Amino acid sequence: MATFLGINLFALSGQLLVGLINGSFYALLSLGLAIIFGLLKIINFAQGAMYMLGAFAAFLALQYLGMNYWFALIFVPLAVGAVGILMERFLIRPIANEDHLYSLLLTFGFALVLQGLFTHWFGSSGLPYAIPDELKGGTRLPFMYLPNYRAWIIVASLIVCVGTWWMIEKTKLGAYLRAGTENPALMQAFGINVPLMVTLTFGFGVALAGFAGVMAAPVYSVSPEMGSNILIVVFAIVVIGGMGSIGGAILTGLAMGVVEGLTKYFYPEASTTVIFFVMVIVLLLKPAGLFGKEA
Amino acid sequence: MKISKFNIALVGLGLVAPLVLYPVFLMKVLCFALFASAFNLLLGFVGLLSFGHAVFLGTGGYITGYLMMNTGITPELGILAGTAAAAILGAVYGKLAVKREGIYFAMVTLALAQLMFFVYLQAPFTGGEDGLQGVPRGELFGFIDLSDNMNMYYFVFAIFLAGFWLINRTVHSPFGQVLKAIRENEARATSLGYNVNDYKWVAFVISAALAGMAGSTKTLVFQLASLTDVHWHMSGEVVLMTLLGGMGTIFGPFVGAATIVSIQNFLSGGELGNYIHIIMGIIFIVCVLAFRSGIVGEIQKVIKRNFS
Repeated sequence: MATFLGINLFALSGQLLVGLINGSFYALLSLGLAIIFGLLKIINFAQGAMYMLGAFAAFLALQYLGMNYWFALIFVPLAVGAVGILMERFLIRPIANEDHLYSLLLTFGFALVLQGLFTHWFGSSGLPYAIPDELKGGTRLPFMYLPNYRAWIIVASLIVCVGTWWMIEKTKLGAYLRAGTENPALMQAFGINVPLMVTLTFGFGVALAGFAGVMAAPVYSVSPEMGSNILIVVFAIVVIGGMGSIGGAILTGLAMGVVEGLTKYFYPEASTTVIFFVMVIVLLLKPAGLFGKEA
Repeated sequence: MKISKFNIALVGLGLVAPLVLYPVFLMKVLCFALFASAFNLLLGFVGLLSFGHAVFLGTGGYITGYLMMNTGITPELGILAGTAAAAILGAVYGKLAVKREGIYFAMVTLALAQLMFFVYLQAPFTGGEDGLQGVPRGELFGFIDLSDNMNMYYFVFAIFLAGFWLINRTVHSPFGQVLKAIRENEARATSLGYNVNDYKWVAFVISAALAGMAGSTKTLVFQLASLTDVHWHMSGEVVLMTLLGGMGTIFGPFVGAATIVSIQNFLSGGELGNYIHIIMGIIFIVCVLAFRSGIVGEIQKVIKRNFS
């Protein structure tokens, strides 16, 4: 067994890999939250429920429609995004001019309903979703075994994250989006349909959660609780990173996954709490968050 | 609070209520009403949405439960200890949470509460998933047997009145006026020379302590302290109670708590028990969309419109 300074490299790199995978999901979810926050100034408490919805949709599509993983990866985010669009249009927009705390509470209520419905239909135990045939098996690296599907998660989430970052920071559409974040009234005066942009942005942010849900279905069991558990961690990550920058949200998500993985190796008892402790330290040293702009 | 006929009538109602209604149900309502009133001190009067208030309820419960089971202390001291523990935790968490505002405040408090959830899940003294079961109620001041539900009820009622009175005093004191000023316009309060974060912090500690007192009392009533009380669902529930009853009103949290506890009691007996979270979620959505002033808030509006 490969050891270095008493550290079992095999086990350590295994935990690092798990950390990177969790980090990929953290990155996808906090990215969605950051995009929605940028334009709507609200935190979507239903983001976790949408992630759960994505996983269940993939499971159900396979079960009842025979839709395989690859199609699910395309259609499920679209469907979840559509749910998000309906939610924005009919629930969030009517109270857009009220205190933002109300829209936060509304998304929380929506999450409770979704989670409650799925618990009622499927119970709280997890359901299995098979890894697609193309990604079964793994590769033997010098000091670890790398399952193909896990490598795929990291690569695919990175592509989606970087693609989203590029779209927002480098394209004209992204420029509109950033301008809308700065001054929606002025954008409207220039003839941009801001309400439509808000709706689509919300849909896109939610679709990212749906995408994460499909990706997660084969590695975590599909269960109604899966969304709320991860969401609270993602909130801590958002506080750590600050929502001022898209790139910051992605980096913080990945980094916290790795931190969690390392803790699992060195001090497993603290692995569930370490991210919250990091949040406490960041609050003490840099209250606005690592990438935060506001005071 | 001025001693008005209305208040005397309410206290009288509280005194005779256990003769008509099941005392354990009433005690549950009183515990949650105190919890929601404590929470409302922050949300309704300072405008701070804490999404992790269950942690204080649960901490009070665990400390009181542990002490009652493992030392021979009397229940009033057990409750004081639980309240003190929640206040200390509130002092630490409050310092951290007031560094951020608005939505971040909600996320920070939720994350901090989840931190303690995992601590209690793993800590040896909390009984993990089982919780602390069979907590003795003990004898109040060493000679009043609290295993009798009527004795227990009047004890709980006294605690509730004390907590409720303290919240009222806080809200109507000069300190409370500053809190409301912060709620209305924080920048203005700062420019008037108030150290806004210190005010928020003190309000947070009072709120946490009283939430802990509610949790300690609840543990004695049900002789149980469990993870349910620290779970984020519980934090959501207290938000719902306050919202439904009317945030920023004195009696709103009480009305909200009574309504939600009644709904839960009603549902848990029948087949609808499975739908409890769905129904809570729907009430949330309806309240936010159509009913933002809550029950008491709406009643106040009607009174204002017709009688003044």
